[in-house]
Amino acid sequence: MLQIILFGPLLGALIAGLGWRVVSIRGAQWITTGLLFLSCFLSWVTFLSHGPETQHIELLRWIESGSLSTSWGIRLDRLTSIMLIVVTTVSALVHLYSFGYMAHDDNFREGEDSYRARFFAYLSFFTFAMLMLVTSDNLVQMFFGWEGVGVASYLLIGFYYRKPSANAAAMKAFIVNRVGDFGFALGIFGLYYLTDSIMLDDIFAAAPDLAGQNLHFLSWSFDATEILALLLFIGAMGKSAQLLLHTWLPDAMEGPTPVSALIHAATMVTAGVFLVCRMSPLMEYAPDAMSIVTFIGATTAFFAATVGLVQNDIKRVIAYSTCSQLGYMFVAAGVGVYSVAMFHLFTHAFFKAMLFLGAGSVIHGMHHEQDMRNYGGLRKKLPYTFWAMMIGTLAITGVGIPLTHIGFAGFLSKDAVIESAWAGTAGGYAFWMLVIAALFTSFYSWRLIFLTFYGEPRGDKHTHDHAHESPTVMLIPLGVLSLGAIFAGMIWYGSFFGDHNKVNAFFGIPAHHEASEGHAETDGHADTAAADHGTDAAGDHGTEAAHVTDLAEGHSGMAPQGAIFMSPDNHVMDEAHHAPTWVKVSPFIAMLIGFVTALWFYIWNPSMPARVAETNRPLYLFLLNKWYFDEIYDFIFVRPAFWIGRTLWKRGDEKTIDGGINGVAMGIIPFFTRLAGRAQSGYIFTYAFAMVIGIAVFVTWMTIGGGAE
Amino acid sequence: MTTDLNTILPEILLSGFAMLALLAAVYTGKDKMAPALTWITAGVMGLLALWIATTGEGTNPAFGGMFVDDAFARFAKVTLLLSGALVLIMGQEYMERRGILRFEYPVLVALASVGMMVMVSAGDLMTLYMGLELQSLALYVVASLRRDSVRSTEAGLKYFVLGALSSGMLLYGASLVYGFSGTTLFSGIVTAAGEGRAALGLLFGVVFMLAGLAFKVSAVPFHMWTPDVYEGAPTPITAFFATAPKVAAMGLFARVMYDAFGGIVGDWQQIVALMSVLSMFLGAIAAIGQTNIKRLMAYSSIAHMGYALIGLASGTEQGVSAMLTYLAIYVTMNIGTFAFILSMQRDGEPVVDIGSLNLYARTDPARALAMLVLLFSLAGVPPMLGFFAKLGVWQAGIGADLVWLVALSAVASAIGAYYYLRIVFFMYFGSEGSQIDSGRSPLLWGLLMASAAVMVLGVLNLFGVDGMAQAAAASLVN
Repeated sequence: MLQIILFGPLLGALIAGLGWRVVSIRGAQWITTGLLFLSCFLSWVTFLSHGPETQHIELLRWIESGSLSTSWGIRLDRLTSIMLIVVTTVSALVHLYSFGYMAHDDNFREGEDSYRARFFAYLSFFTFAMLMLVTSDNLVQMFFGWEGVGVASYLLIGFYYRKPSANAAAMKAFIVNRVGDFGFALGIFGLYYLTDSIMLDDIFAAAPDLAGQNLHFLSWSFDATEILALLLFIGAMGKSAQLLLHTWLPDAMEGPTPVSALIHAATMVTAGVFLVCRMSPLMEYAPDAMSIVTFIGATTAFFAATVGLVQNDIKRVIAYSTCSQLGYMFVAAGVGVYSVAMFHLFTHAFFKAMLFLGAGSVIHGMHHEQDMRNYGGLRKKLPYTFWAMMIGTLAITGVGIPLTHIGFAGFLSKDAVIESAWAGTAGGYAFWMLVIAALFTSFYSWRLIFLTFYGEPRGDKHTHDHAHESPTVMLIPLGVLSLGAIFAGMIWYGSFFGDHNKVNAFFGIPAHHEASEGHAETDGHADTAAADHGTDAAGDHGTEAAHVTDLAEGHSGMAPQGAIFMSPDNHVMDEAHHAPTWVKVSPFIAMLIGFVTALWFYIWNPSMPARVAETNRPLYLFLLNKWYFDEIYDFIFVRPAFWIGRTLWKRGDEKTIDGGINGVAMGIIPFFTRLAGRAQSGYIFTYAFAMVIGIAVFVTWMTIGGGAE
Repeated sequence: MTTDLNTILPEILLSGFAMLALLAAVYTGKDKMAPALTWITAGVMGLLALWIATTGEGTNPAFGGMFVDDAFARFAKVTLLLSGALVLIMGQEYMERRGILRFEYPVLVALASVGMMVMVSAGDLMTLYMGLELQSLALYVVASLRRDSVRSTEAGLKYFVLGALSSGMLLYGASLVYGFSGTTLFSGIVTAAGEGRAALGLLFGVVFMLAGLAFKVSAVPFHMWTPDVYEGAPTPITAFFATAPKVAAMGLFARVMYDAFGGIVGDWQQIVALMSVLSMFLGAIAAIGQTNIKRLMAYSSIAHMGYALIGLASGTEQGVSAMLTYLAIYVTMNIGTFAFILSMQRDGEPVVDIGSLNLYARTDPARALAMLVLLFSLAGVPPMLGFFAKLGVWQAGIGADLVWLVALSAVASAIGAYYYLRIVFFMYFGSEGSQIDSGRSPLLWGLLMASAAVMVLGVLNLFGVDGMAQAAAASLVN
């Protein structure tokens, strides 16, 4: 079954990409979409039927070299099955959606209809690569998937290959990702160097021993676990567009909107989060690296939210929103509550994909107009899209009933992240950054809704007159995703962030961790622990606590069980449950403030934004230009790189090497050729003379320089 | 005595056959007999090659060491007999059509072959000279076979005069060597020369002998006759010049250097290496200016002899083995290439202008492809066999610490690739021009294709030639 899930998309990609002439373009679209829905269905079956235990399936041997042994294998555990449903569901819906969205495209000329088959082939290929990434049971296969999604992303961002900006964006995405991939690759090398294996299980088993070791490079010495965790995180930063390596994500919006929904919102960009969670057994032993993860995540969440406030392109707003939400996930992972990171990843996939597809629907209806300043009053023209976007916005801003577990998906997962951040950093930097980001999120999300769907129509009148609702194939995915955006949080709250027995059971973490946590917890805050959490654990911990240490020691040589690993002294999740009420309510209040501000700025007093921008002009420009990251990078990296490249090319290659070769080939050699031709005079005495001279030279040589004395 | 005669039985048989054929032809149809006689001679040579290849065993000195039959001699004899036979039948039709197929031609080739066989088996300075002169005299005549052509006679005359000069040098060198060692037997000379440092007079003799031998392999600076003779002689004869005598001369070269002067390798090594470098570079550079494909092949053969000399200069068993393999591959390539050149014609007249090959790939893609393979092989482009030939001598050179020689030869090889690839360029991307037709001889076609196929397929195991070459080298170097 897993094989079908995994290779169905590949088959579809091959048929659509290479055989569309045989099966027709329409056929290619149906085949890829059909196979994706099959994958999706089987994934849900797997997710719901498969227990939390870890299962290994070896497909075939791959590389055997020395002590390196690699196979194509599937590691099926909870983490994998979550990713499976996220990837295949969004992908299947995006395939369906693309029927409508890609039906007519002005970027391609008459007679170039094959672009549709190509588009579907790329989408399916991407899905395959992503599935390889998430199902991998070793790092090399994961790297294969990692690079595969990079290639697919490159192809899809640059899908409108006639647009120079799209090509530039594709290159930028690829090159920026190179930086991250370099870190990831170094991390893999380092892990292989130290553990002599690339299999995840072996590495996890060896992780506790790595903690004390040092890696030497030149004259520096690093703590092995810290540096490896950091290198892996650098890879994650690139893929997940975290601060410093985030610049490609907004530009990636040059791709068709379904691509943005699939790759740059729901799946590929979350690969980094997935990687950090997957490597949790290693990460747990690298506290310093984890603080860096938290710090970067929080800063990204804040930074991207501020930039999102002032962007005018509808897709860019959502792109920065994605960037910001990824920051949330990293904070959750950084403070050690991987289940919450996965929770937010899971819910975010639904509502963010939906926001993107909704934006696509708007763009489609508005004839590829993307500037929100030219929208307005579209509520009536695009009623279904409006409601879908509304649900998405309610989900992302986190609307729900405070202090209960009832609310939209984002309410539950985001609040869980914020509570974890409070617990993990003792109410520090990350917590406040996230709360402020939540305020901004609310503001820019509502701003998007108000600018697009409310107020007077702005911009080209003709376009507004012809604005139309999208076809059904585009609305179905919106409907399905909105179900996810509403209910995904409430249904799985307990599994991801309920009391930790449920979480442990869900992720297949064995009981002794649970017991030890219960044990430690009772020491720490026994008074609250008994109240709402783990009475059973507390009840019998007295007996279990005694042999907890034996168990832990007994298992020290083996890989930890379960999809994620939380070290016995990691109590962040439990502490998060006992966060004070003001902490739990804070994101809701931030959301309200953001909402009211947006309401004031864009409904009650539409002239307000311009005035504020005018009075705070430097700040406005700073945000509008995305903190000038692109300009700084251009100055520091791009230009010197261009300069070096051009110098080596013009001076080094063309002048020195080519010039040298050409000089020899066209000047010196022909000179000698002429000389040789002249020597070959045709006169016999010349020939004889040459022979005699030769003899004379040889004899002289022999006499003077030879062995003879 | 009987064993001695048994040892030289192939030579006796071939010379007997040559004399009989001469008599028979004179007293019967003369030139009318020529086509049949050519085939018969080729057949006899082929049979002899087969016989030598299958029956010969061990090292058999004859006539008190003046004549040696060993694995080395047998390898060289088989190679030269086979290539001689192939060249004979290859040129038969060409010569017949142009009215120059005289009955003396096969007879002379047979006699030259006897000379060559004696050369590679020489164990004495006198045997050496006898073989060399028998071969040379036959070749002088063959070169000017076309008596009514000025070019052909001029070529023959030049070759003769310069050949006489080189013979003189060789004889002078031989006499010096005899004077210092007191014997003409190689085995005696090697003892007299001793190990390490030799007397200056002996070295003078060695240099003069080297000059004489270098003339035969057309190594620079004793190469100047080569382009003129190659161009002037009828093409089948050029093909013969480029193959069998080269094998014989290199064989003799190795024979003299190892059997007679094997103890003073350090002394002659530098001279041979120097000739090798000069040959490679001159061959590569001078060929660039050529428009006549026969002259081009002349320079090509000069360059190839330079590469083969690397193997000789290395002074090791590996070097000799690499040299022999090189020669075998070189001969195969040249037979294919000359089969192609022989088929180049326009309105029945032979064409040798490289420009006439413009866009040849359109008129005859199969031949063009075969020629492409051969030219790539000649240039030493992997994965053709020609590359492995070079690789072999380079490995030997590096093994003998002649890294500078190998490096220079790589440079020369890069320069030389130009003129081979230029022909390929003409054939595939050239400009429109007067076309040539390529005759209909199935024999030439077959030889061209076979040769090209060998260049490609031989990569697998070289058809075991390297193994035989190793055995041959082992019998020479000890």
